[in-house]
Amino acid sequence: MLSPVEQFPVLVVAISLLSAFTILIVGGLNKKSCCFISIATILVQLVMSFYILDHVLTVGTIHYWLGGWAPPWGIEYVVDALNAYVLVILLFLSLISAIYSKRSIEHELPSHKIIPFYTLFQLLVAGMCGVTVTGDIFNMYVFIEIMSIAAYALIASNKIGLKAGFTYLVMGSIGACFFLLGIGFLYSVTGSLNMHDLSLLLPPLYGNRVVQAAFVFFLAGLGIKMAFFPLHTWQPDAYAYAPSAVSVIISAAMSTVSIYAFLRVLFSVYTTQFILIYAPLATAISWLAAIAIIFGAVYALAQYDLKRMLAYSSVMHVGYTMLAVGVCTSTTLGLTPAVMHLLNHALMKGCLFLIAGAYIYKKAELWDIREFRGLGRKMPYTSAAFIFTALAMCEIPPGAGFVSILYLLFAFLDAGQFIFAAVIFFSILLTVFYFFHVIEIMYGRVGVEEEKEPEIDEIPLSMLIPVLLLAALSWIVGAIWLMEIPFPILDAVNSMFGLGVVP
Amino acid sequence: MMEWLIAEIFAKYNYWVSIVLMLIGFYAMIAKGNLIKKVIGLNIFQTAIFLFFISLADIRGGTEPIVSEEIIHMGYVYVNPLPHVLILTAIVVAVATTAVALALVIRMYEEYGTIEEEEIIEKEREMGL
Repeated sequence: MLSPVEQFPVLVVAISLLSAFTILIVGGLNKKSCCFISIATILVQLVMSFYILDHVLTVGTIHYWLGGWAPPWGIEYVVDALNAYVLVILLFLSLISAIYSKRSIEHELPSHKIIPFYTLFQLLVAGMCGVTVTGDIFNMYVFIEIMSIAAYALIASNKIGLKAGFTYLVMGSIGACFFLLGIGFLYSVTGSLNMHDLSLLLPPLYGNRVVQAAFVFFLAGLGIKMAFFPLHTWQPDAYAYAPSAVSVIISAAMSTVSIYAFLRVLFSVYTTQFILIYAPLATAISWLAAIAIIFGAVYALAQYDLKRMLAYSSVMHVGYTMLAVGVCTSTTLGLTPAVMHLLNHALMKGCLFLIAGAYIYKKAELWDIREFRGLGRKMPYTSAAFIFTALAMCEIPPGAGFVSILYLLFAFLDAGQFIFAAVIFFSILLTVFYFFHVIEIMYGRVGVEEEKEPEIDEIPLSMLIPVLLLAALSWIVGAIWLMEIPFPILDAVNSMFGLGVVP
Repeated sequence: MMEWLIAEIFAKYNYWVSIVLMLIGFYAMIAKGNLIKKVIGLNIFQTAIFLFFISLADIRGGTEPIVSEEIIHMGYVYVNPLPHVLILTAIVVAVATTAVALALVIRMYEEYGTIEEEEIIEKEREMGL
């Protein structure tokens, strides 16, 4: 008999799917209830995910066999330290985004689109949870597609997002097809789809061309999904033209889930052994990531659309994470910086997109940084939150960004990769430039006509609270990392994948 | 060399068919400016992968995969049913993707009055996006 907590992984996915269709039905009767059903569901899921994390850390990995069919024949849900941690991140940011969406979506979308919006929102959450908890690689493909299709539709729910949504659809489908092809290759040589089973069957076949080709397909497919340079071309448009609440969830939660999917394929299907045999692979990933960092930073500097600037900054941060993955086998820190940065980036980028949305909510022209004159006085709380998060992103200690970079630098010094440390320093410099440019316009430049003190014109409380909460968390979490409180998670991840020991 | 190439192609013609179809689909998605043609390209691309999976499962002289005493005793071989099931799921996913894609094309036609990518980009530029 399974304990209740061991049933939570499947329930997390199921209640989200159920609530999507509940919203569709109940929304027809009472349109106002959609948002509350959505928030209540995600809240329940979040509580469950905390129980799962606690159970995983104290008792051990959860295995749930769907329909009671034993793996490798049946589909299995496996939740270990990495899953549980990503599940908490994605549900927390979905919750923030759902609370924020109440007013923001009413403002941005016509009222007949509210019901489909929340239905798709719940499907997106269900897809993300599914990708995270599953231990079966084909099941992962299906959930990736559920997540992505919901995201295509959500991005395109506004008129300006149509083109971006379509581009993302075409590129995302190619990515998913590559992923499916990779699964086909692995299935043709092993006859298994269960991740754990694959990791046992594959090592003797690492020399096989089919297995190697499959890895390249996985890398390309998931590279598109997580917007890894040079496959990021859909991402700036999609982030910039989506409704604000959608920008938040796809930039913070969905990119985290995509990176997680890649980590899962890299370490649970293929193993650390594979990376060690094909060391140039890790080097190639590191160099691509280094280019992504520089490219993202330079392009972010050139933007005057705040959301687009943040999108390029996301390209840069995906680069940080992948750089940490690239050096993970040659340092005693293992995956520590990468796993850390998943949470830190999600919090900071989530907060900045919330703020970008808040400005657009107040005045439609405020997507443009050049229009930001005097905003620091007009919207004091939001702008203060912007400064705090931007500082955390500029690696001021003890912000969340600082902690990631600190451990990333430790990893490089440990691995002897000084060139990447130089790349990091250069990117920090550019980050400081592009954020201080915005802050300078917001506070420094006051127009002649605005001599008198402007009236304070803040966003509604249901939008302001998520902003302030995330801004505070981007510092508190940094301090928590420095106190090494969540380190059991990182140690569990490293020991599970056999990392952290330099051979 | 030539003989080896021909033997290689004809022995594994099923894989070559899916490779060629995949590249046709890929080309259509990248090179065609018409959005409907892009969607068709996407469908060809997906179908190529489905055919790859199905041909993977097939075996010469294989029967339907209903395991009975007869099959086991007579030494029949049967077709692996799992790829078919996987592809059934993947087809559903592909239908959903196509549906969303076509819906987006319709919406774009309503907004811009054209489904040529270049004209849409031009109109977007006029609107100052």
